[in-house]
Amino acid sequence: MADHSWRVKFMGLILFIVAGIVAWVAAIEPNRNTCPNQGDHKMNPTFKRIARAVAGALLALGLAAPVAAQDDPFHVGFVYVGPVGDYGWTWTHDQGRQAVEEAYGDKVHTTYVESVPEGADAERVMTQMILNGADMIFTTSFGYMDATNNVAARFPDVVFEHATGYRRDHPNVATYSARFYEGRAVMGHIAGHMTESNIVGYIASHPIPEVIRGINAAYLHAAQVNPDVEFRIVWVYTWFDPAVEADAAQALVDAGADVVLQHTDSTAPMTVLAEAGAYGFGQASDMLQFAPAPRISAILDQWSAYYVRRVGEAMEGTWEQADTWDGISAGMVGIGKMTDAIPPEVRASAMALLDSIASGEYHPFTGPINTQDGQVWLTAGETPEDGPLAGMEFYVEGIDAEIPN
Amino acid sequence: MLRLEKRPAPARGWIIGAPILAVLLTMVAGGLMFALLGKDPAESIRVIFWDPLFDDRFAGFSRPQLLVKAGPLILIAIGLSLGFRAGIWNIGAEGQYIIGAICGAGFGLAFFPSENPLIFPGMIIAGALGGWAWAMIPAILRTRFRTNEILVSLLLVYVAEAILATAATGFLRNPDGAGFPGSRNLARHPGTDNPEIFAGTGVHWGVMTAFIAVIAACVLLNRHILGYQIKLAGQAPRAARFAGVNAARLIILCLGISGAVAGMAGLFEVAGPAGQISIDFNSGYGFTAIIVAFLGRLHPVGILLAGLLMALTFIGGELAQLMLGVPAPAIQAFQGMLLFFLLALDVLSNYQVRIGYRTAA
Repeated sequence: MADHSWRVKFMGLILFIVAGIVAWVAAIEPNRNTCPNQGDHKMNPTFKRIARAVAGALLALGLAAPVAAQDDPFHVGFVYVGPVGDYGWTWTHDQGRQAVEEAYGDKVHTTYVESVPEGADAERVMTQMILNGADMIFTTSFGYMDATNNVAARFPDVVFEHATGYRRDHPNVATYSARFYEGRAVMGHIAGHMTESNIVGYIASHPIPEVIRGINAAYLHAAQVNPDVEFRIVWVYTWFDPAVEADAAQALVDAGADVVLQHTDSTAPMTVLAEAGAYGFGQASDMLQFAPAPRISAILDQWSAYYVRRVGEAMEGTWEQADTWDGISAGMVGIGKMTDAIPPEVRASAMALLDSIASGEYHPFTGPINTQDGQVWLTAGETPEDGPLAGMEFYVEGIDAEIPN
Repeated sequence: MLRLEKRPAPARGWIIGAPILAVLLTMVAGGLMFALLGKDPAESIRVIFWDPLFDDRFAGFSRPQLLVKAGPLILIAIGLSLGFRAGIWNIGAEGQYIIGAICGAGFGLAFFPSENPLIFPGMIIAGALGGWAWAMIPAILRTRFRTNEILVSLLLVYVAEAILATAATGFLRNPDGAGFPGSRNLARHPGTDNPEIFAGTGVHWGVMTAFIAVIAACVLLNRHILGYQIKLAGQAPRAARFAGVNAARLIILCLGISGAVAGMAGLFEVAGPAGQISIDFNSGYGFTAIIVAFLGRLHPVGILLAGLLMALTFIGGELAQLMLGVPAPAIQAFQGMLLFFLLALDVLSNYQVRIGYRTAA
């Protein structure tokens, strides 16, 4: 028989390490106000004593960190899905954060964590923000929905603002989003005028209502001014991937598109369009470096006004749960400067469309509008309720394409 | 002049010492980087390494989170380490993780709204099978057609990501979700959830499985003929052939095991901490696990500790972002330094540094 005793000892050592880790994790005294699993926390008292003794010894050695002073300013945390330097979605939210800092100066303290994956990581980041003293948290991606509501349940005194979601399970969760379709309508109007091949390309990200609604709004207003217009739609299944977006733009150009709209964040399509002599629109941020062509205008996300208002309300204690869906009129959606590449009369008619949407006089989805299969969706003069509009899952009549799945 | 001389056998002291020295060097170099960014280096290092574990405000929350974050890393890395030891390079654990999550979640959702206690075990099996099947593609292509498993497994990650997006917006989409992407929440539904086993510790079934995997890998490598074959194939492929080790069988087994555990890790994540299938459900665990496997020097206990260390840098890195405003890329660079120093110091356990010119023999 071979001598296996060291192996037995080795296995014992591993078990000991594992048990030690679990026990050490369980050993910390949960803070009554903040521990997520208060109440059902049971612990061996002897063990607790040992853990405390060890912790005490460490403290005595002066290794423990000093406890930071309580924050006086109102503390606002931002959770971002991308890097602040993406010059797209996250960048626009960070502009909002900076506007909050500017508006309230020393009275607020803002922090952010960027590139936070959706799911468990987001939940942890939010919790750490709160443990660090956050009074209010903005979570700026749809995928943070469940995480936001989970954390909100545990911290009723912190207010949460979740972008583009629909769940407000607790009174301290508000949701907000922008009526981007209003901006897309203006883009479509310009695209319909500008195309000479009558083929407009569309780089679409994911087949979700937000994107489908944008395609519909753009198509309706392009077809309004140019009945011969056709939309070619490429789904890239990403919000940001320069290589994939450039490929999609190239494919659209090859298919004859001379105007391309994008619902993805990178500037890569612009580079392709510049080479091809086609036109495009800035997305999320202005992409002015590509003006006056190929970038002839842009659809802008403008969160600053909303963030400043909501933080102000939270500081004063007048904050209330809300489901905000603001558009051009509230300044949440903007249209980037139209360049001279657009003929003056088109610029004028686009401005007129913009103004009529901003004043509330005109809704970009005003009947008669049929669905793609010819069924009546809206009768003449009818406008949709927000509910069905938010969940829009079909193309309108005239779009010759199929939604994936 | 400095030169390196190969040691007859790896130096024992350096095997233990190198990782510790690497962590210390990372602190120094990282501190320098933080200083250049205008942050207090000592405070930055403290926030990353110390506060998540011992700060009064954070420790109660961060310690369990350490296990939640480390669990999938350890589990996947253990599976990968077996193949890596045998010279079989599965770089696509991320894809196997995704497919495992989709299969497991699909199994659970197929029985919705049943709360039968057998559903969760079934989901685990479905997750493991999904990951296994996804890993079998590079395995069979390698054994039958001599394709390179590094490329095939890596490229299959992008295929898996496309399937994930389709699942989240199509066949697994929550019918009550108003058309928005994402599946039903598995973690909130009894029967499909992966709960904490010991309240307040963060230990869910995935973390438990990771611990079991560490022990199982130790047993396999030290006591089982397969473990011997794995080590032999990695250290001396020719000798392994002469010893009758079936290379094709080893490839199928190693890729299969690593795929199955990666699939299980995905399932535990989707049914527990993540809660649902979403477009961007995967958050890089499969790739980070490769780093963890090497950081732990492909040794089960090393991987256990490396997984915890890696999780600590994630959690501490987030704290550094929100407390000190350290940008996220700096944290990633910091993690990169850790791997760099470790691999660089690896040289010292296999080579001796000699000063002076080689004398003619």
